[in-house]
Amino acid sequence: MDVLVKDLGLLINATLVATPPLLLAALGSCFSERSGVVNIGIEGMMTIGAFTGAVMGLLTGNGWLAFFCAGIAGAFFGLIHAVACISFHADQTIAGTAINFLGPGFAVFLCKAMFDNSTDTPAMDPSSKLPRLFEGVFPTGSFLSNVLNVYVVAYLVFVLAFVCWFVFYKTRFGAHLRAVGEHPEACESLGIDVYKVRYTCVILSGFLAGLGGAFVTLATINQFRPSVIVGQGFIAIAAVIFGKFSPEGATKACLLFGLCSGIKTLASQSNAVSPNLISMIPYVVTILALVLFVGKAHTPAANGKIFVRSK
Amino acid sequence: MKKKMLAVLLAGVMVLSMTACGGSDSADTGETTGTETGTETTADASDIRIGLITDVGGVNDGSFNQSSWEGLQRAEADFGVTVNYLESSTDADYAPNIETFVDEEYDLIISVGYMLADATRSAAEANPDMKFAIIDDATIDLPNVTCLMFKQEQGSYLVGYVAGLMTQTNKIGFVQGMSNENMNQFGYGYCAGAIDANPEIEVLQYNANSFSEPATGKSLANTAITNGADIVFHAAGGTGLGVIDACQENGVYAIGVDRDQASDAPGTVLTSAMKRVDNAVYDAVQSVVNGTLESGIQTYDLAKGGVDIAPTTDLLTDDVIAAVEEVKEQIISGEIVVPNDQASFEEKYGDVYQLD
Repeated sequence: MDVLVKDLGLLINATLVATPPLLLAALGSCFSERSGVVNIGIEGMMTIGAFTGAVMGLLTGNGWLAFFCAGIAGAFFGLIHAVACISFHADQTIAGTAINFLGPGFAVFLCKAMFDNSTDTPAMDPSSKLPRLFEGVFPTGSFLSNVLNVYVVAYLVFVLAFVCWFVFYKTRFGAHLRAVGEHPEACESLGIDVYKVRYTCVILSGFLAGLGGAFVTLATINQFRPSVIVGQGFIAIAAVIFGKFSPEGATKACLLFGLCSGIKTLASQSNAVSPNLISMIPYVVTILALVLFVGKAHTPAANGKIFVRSK
Repeated sequence: MKKKMLAVLLAGVMVLSMTACGGSDSADTGETTGTETGTETTADASDIRIGLITDVGGVNDGSFNQSSWEGLQRAEADFGVTVNYLESSTDADYAPNIETFVDEEYDLIISVGYMLADATRSAAEANPDMKFAIIDDATIDLPNVTCLMFKQEQGSYLVGYVAGLMTQTNKIGFVQGMSNENMNQFGYGYCAGAIDANPEIEVLQYNANSFSEPATGKSLANTAITNGADIVFHAAGGTGLGVIDACQENGVYAIGVDRDQASDAPGTVLTSAMKRVDNAVYDAVQSVVNGTLESGIQTYDLAKGGVDIAPTTDLLTDDVIAAVEEVKEQIISGEIVVPNDQASFEEKYGDVYQLD
């Protein structure tokens, strides 16, 4: 019984470490994709967010401020993507690829310029990181400590997921953004400013991806290095497709990924099972879930298509 | 028109970001192309050119590659040889990077890390007149390749000994980046040192199976701590950052690897198992200058300054420092032989190490 409770605590803890960056990025991706702009630049936006978070944490010593700045940096890259794809009608996949080169490249370039030619930022003091709930309240290693003494943001992301769901389905803006992703010409004829809606959504996707990256450098660890994000942006995009382009679906998909990495952690306590098999768990579970439980995803009809304003 | 402009802009952006990743070797490259024409018979050391190829870390990775490049720079200052490096951004860059130095007929081409073994082997086979060296790989048996190996089990033994003396709970943790012959030597040394210092000790062992997943490292360290460990040693590169962070959050000690990681979490990183790659690279260059470079496996141990415990000892008591110094002497004199494979480990300590 004790062992079971302990393992459950560890499982929840590992899920709360792995899920938040994916979920933040995936929610961002939902906004962009549903408004009809393919954004495969999520990875690049996360990386720039991770870097900005680490640097601002070091400079200001304020985790929340650094977290917010990371969102702004991601939003800036979202703006670049929006300008390229919406105003200049660029191919969205190619523009996103450029962002994926630009984000890490720019982060490493700035890092080298700022920190004596090093590709890592120096470690920051724990007090500069995001705050944790109930720090020091529960004994180290206890069930409650593992479940509750985690970063506030790890719980807030689920609140945010609910907010996104609300925006998507219960607000005017949400109706507009979904419509714009299906049939922009019809929306325009009804007087909806398609460009404005899409700009907002793409910038928002950058903001959320930036926050996702910053969670890694301001909560999971305490510094930036180029390898900290690698692949997470793409997993987030996969989660969105897996979740049928909806915030609630993406949330479930990210939780599944997070839970699988928790299972992976519990399973790697010895080499009784081949570690390579254990590493496959999240991907195998995803494929199985996709085939068995998730039906065909409906891609927003206008997703990836260039829309030219008729005026 | 707008579209064309945008295409140009995006292309520019991509080129810029590429240079940001791969650049920064301009100064050295300039120098080397200058000396290329002057191949005279006079034995001027500046005619000797040494090339270093990093793995995907790059020369400022704060670890392995950086240490190698520092050793090479020290050799440049001391012997007046010409040095240069090429960074690899992906696995696919290894072979072309080696080829670049081969084409320019460098006197010694050093590959950093076992990931470059295949590329180095094929280049060495294709160019039997040229000299190659590789760090951390002993699988290439060619007359023109020098394998620079480290007795990492000795450094790990020392930190394990420290952990054995310092633990309050008689439980310590170990997080490994990958399970293979090379990486398991960290585990053998660590367990051996811990048991020799404290026969009661239990070592909780985890394999992250990745060097670049801090979240996994954090969860594994957290598992170790939840199960009672009060000191966790990592040999897991970037994954290890998560290990150190988990220790910091839970107020237990972490032990770093490869370099002195005290600055990553002051007050948390107890000590580090250092690997002095810079010394090995420096020695190899010196042998080239003297014309005494030997092929085959060159092993760097505690006696040769190849491995050691970190110079930062703020968190260690004088008793512990004294005990470690004594153990060091015993390893150097051969009184203690640290096991480095499954057979020699299990013969003395039993089947304690589970990750092999």
